[in-house]
Amino acid sequence: MQSWFPFIPESASTISGDVDAVYFYVSGVTVFFVTLISLVIIFFVIRYRRRNAFEIPRPIEGSHKLETLWSVIPLVIAMSIFVWGAKVYFAQYRPPQNALEVYVVGKQWMWKFQHPTGQREINELHVPVGRKVKLIMTTEDVIHDVFIPAFRIKMDVVPGKYTSEWFEATKPGRYHFFCAEYCGMNHSGMRGYVEVMEPKDFDNWLSGNANQMSPAAAGQAMFESLGCVSCHGANAEGGRGPALVGVYGSNVVLSNGPAVKADEGYLRESIINPQAKIVTGFGPIMPSFQGQLTEEQLLGLVAYIKSLSTPKPETTTAKPPATGTPQSANPVRQQ
Amino acid sequence: MEEFTIPPPRTNYLNAEYGLKSWLLTKDHKRIALLYMGGISFFFFIGSLYAMAIRLELLTPQGDLTQSSTYNKIFTQHGIIMVFFFLIPSIPATLGNFLVPMMIGAKDLAFPKINLLSWYIYMLGGIITIYALLAGGVDTGWTFYTPYSTTFSNSYVLTTGVGIFITGFSSILTGLNFIVTIHTMRAPGMTWYRLPLFIWSHYATSLIMILGTPVIAITVLLLAFERLAHIGIFDPAAGGDPVLFQHLFWFYSHPAVYIMVLPAMGVVSELIANFSRKNIFGYKFVAFSSLAIAVFGFLVWGHHLFVASQSVYAGMIFSFLSFAVAIPSAIKVFNWTATLYKGSISYDTPMLYGLGFIGLFTIGGMTGLFLASLATDVHLSDTYFIVAHFHYIMVGGTLLAYLGGLHYWWPKISGRMYPEGWGRFSALVVFVGFNLTFSPQFVLGYMGMPRRYHTYPVDMVSWQVLHVLSTAGASILGVGLLIPLIYLAWSLRYGRIAESNPWHLPGLEWQTPSPPPTENFLETPIVTSEPYEFAPPETKEVVGKFEKQAPAQA
Repeated sequence: MQSWFPFIPESASTISGDVDAVYFYVSGVTVFFVTLISLVIIFFVIRYRRRNAFEIPRPIEGSHKLETLWSVIPLVIAMSIFVWGAKVYFAQYRPPQNALEVYVVGKQWMWKFQHPTGQREINELHVPVGRKVKLIMTTEDVIHDVFIPAFRIKMDVVPGKYTSEWFEATKPGRYHFFCAEYCGMNHSGMRGYVEVMEPKDFDNWLSGNANQMSPAAAGQAMFESLGCVSCHGANAEGGRGPALVGVYGSNVVLSNGPAVKADEGYLRESIINPQAKIVTGFGPIMPSFQGQLTEEQLLGLVAYIKSLSTPKPETTTAKPPATGTPQSANPVRQQ
Repeated sequence: MEEFTIPPPRTNYLNAEYGLKSWLLTKDHKRIALLYMGGISFFFFIGSLYAMAIRLELLTPQGDLTQSSTYNKIFTQHGIIMVFFFLIPSIPATLGNFLVPMMIGAKDLAFPKINLLSWYIYMLGGIITIYALLAGGVDTGWTFYTPYSTTFSNSYVLTTGVGIFITGFSSILTGLNFIVTIHTMRAPGMTWYRLPLFIWSHYATSLIMILGTPVIAITVLLLAFERLAHIGIFDPAAGGDPVLFQHLFWFYSHPAVYIMVLPAMGVVSELIANFSRKNIFGYKFVAFSSLAIAVFGFLVWGHHLFVASQSVYAGMIFSFLSFAVAIPSAIKVFNWTATLYKGSISYDTPMLYGLGFIGLFTIGGMTGLFLASLATDVHLSDTYFIVAHFHYIMVGGTLLAYLGGLHYWWPKISGRMYPEGWGRFSALVVFVGFNLTFSPQFVLGYMGMPRRYHTYPVDMVSWQVLHVLSTAGASILGVGLLIPLIYLAWSLRYGRIAESNPWHLPGLEWQTPSPPPTENFLETPIVTSEPYEFAPPETKEVVGKFEKQAPAQA
């Protein structure tokens, strides 16, 4: 896992090179200016050292030209870093389409992952190489953070909402991930590994752990057992409550506010705090499920409602690649 | 050159009165400065012990020195003690308290009793915090992030919060006192543009203290209400938002960084100008850059929240503003450097600290660019890169400036000279030790080592190598800090008696005996010259005209 120079972190995602490029640019600027200022100071300190105790140098008037020069040059350089850094960040922030969605729940002091096909993992995350993976994350207690240094990504996991981050791994391997937001006693133990596998190996791994209920299926069972069906309909086609088929990703018109895009956060809020956003044409009659569901159960319900809108692209992952050499040494992009 | 020799008077502020009561009830800003000096030295010592414990624990990847819960308390308490009880009061409450009236030709601060009150408030807050540490400690990190601090931590969060809440008022009172004093008590002829830059930077600092500190008081209060009564403001289940706490906390705590570093910049401006016998290059730019930092410093708190689920557009605005706030600091560095040009530079201990400050502050400031930039901050935030960056600003910046200032004004404060050889030696040791401690941490952070980690993976051999280097550096730094403690104490009794103006400088504080009388000046000074005026103004050279190289020596 170590590179030739052991003080550079592994670079194993599609964006890690971009982040490193900004990093090395700022490093270059830093080294240049620190060296320049140090050398000038050392030169002045030697050249203009006090040679006798009574010498008084002539005072020098300041110079507006110089002041302008050394305000504008740093400003230009600073803005170049700002623009580049923001550009890379923006690309890194924009959620990808058709990503493999993995649900993540943090709790003191462990990480729980669940794949769309139902496999659960603790403190270990298996992902295929060359495929965009989106982590949809929440926490059962305090703020945590999923930090994967080799992928140069980090995002806080905040109670009461979903945050997300995504990556596309470029090299099979085993990479550390860490909780990077202090979360109490065993914070430094809240870490694990991301296991990046060849797509074929990943599919084998998935099928080897297949006998678990997918989050959407678990959510559907819960949808029935919690009695959601009595208002939203047996197939979520609607009734006294709004229909849920096709709601995810659509624009929902509200009677008590502007229209909102129905994302995971909206679905979550509408279960936990139904009065916050009322769909036009419906009464505020839904009871709150605050405190009655674990974060994983909530994620299941959200996954079920999402599955009513989109044909899940994730489920196709289990298909073995049509061609491919058995143990390829190079990273293989599955497309 | 004119020599100012004033025969030492029989009484000065130190021997004007005797007895514990004369100190505890004093209204003399110089004595209060010494009371503060005692306080911050005590807290610095405690904070340093915690630092050594952290460095020892991290020598190995396993947690073999302490339990995780103990380690978490150690780094939390290191941060709380150092930030709230050493760094924030350090320069303003000691050197500032002593020198603000003396530099403007005043007899005291505007509100001497409020000044004394501020020290009592500071000590009360400190004692409550120390009580919390002894009773069982606090483990939330010095940042007190919710909901860990409100709901999950079983440590003495409330007691510590009370200590910090109370101590904040001492900051507010000090800031208030400085602002009123600088506005109303300048000696005849002391116009705003004749003020030493030390005064400008303390003025800017005071603005932050007055405007920022109430926000941390409110934040701590809300934290207490949430913890005690569960009002729900930070709790999503009750409609609150845990991230709101971070906004409130950093709205004070980012400007608080400037409370720590602006006074240090003021000290360094004095050191660079006086020890090269030059007027400061671009006086007005340096003066107004302090005010610019104070104002813009309030607009950048969101750069602490780039990965805290803040919106991407808010992130971009805060990133932009953070780059903008770097410019006034850059202006200062360039002007200090230009001041050295054609100066008469001495290598006395205070100057060594001043030069060291410029180097370390430049590194600290430049590495801030990595964190203002969104893409790199995502990778580096909450890692050791942050730890290294802010220690370069706070230790490399504030602590070095404090030590430089302490040596510079030591003859005025104590009436004795410190041993110059030991001074230079310890300045060198501190510089080397500091760099060895904190430069490896930049690499650690880039490698991905998160901060506040008690243990780290055994397979990361390079991490351990870097930690060992850092701990070795911390030992050297510790020695470098012990040496001045010993020789400064020694000099109080055995040091050479200081003249009134041992460095031969034009500043007002040097035109009075060492140590000064209680009323500072034997008669009210009348100011007729520009700041840092070593030579008559008609000899002034316009930069860039090299042909008139008149012999400058007297």
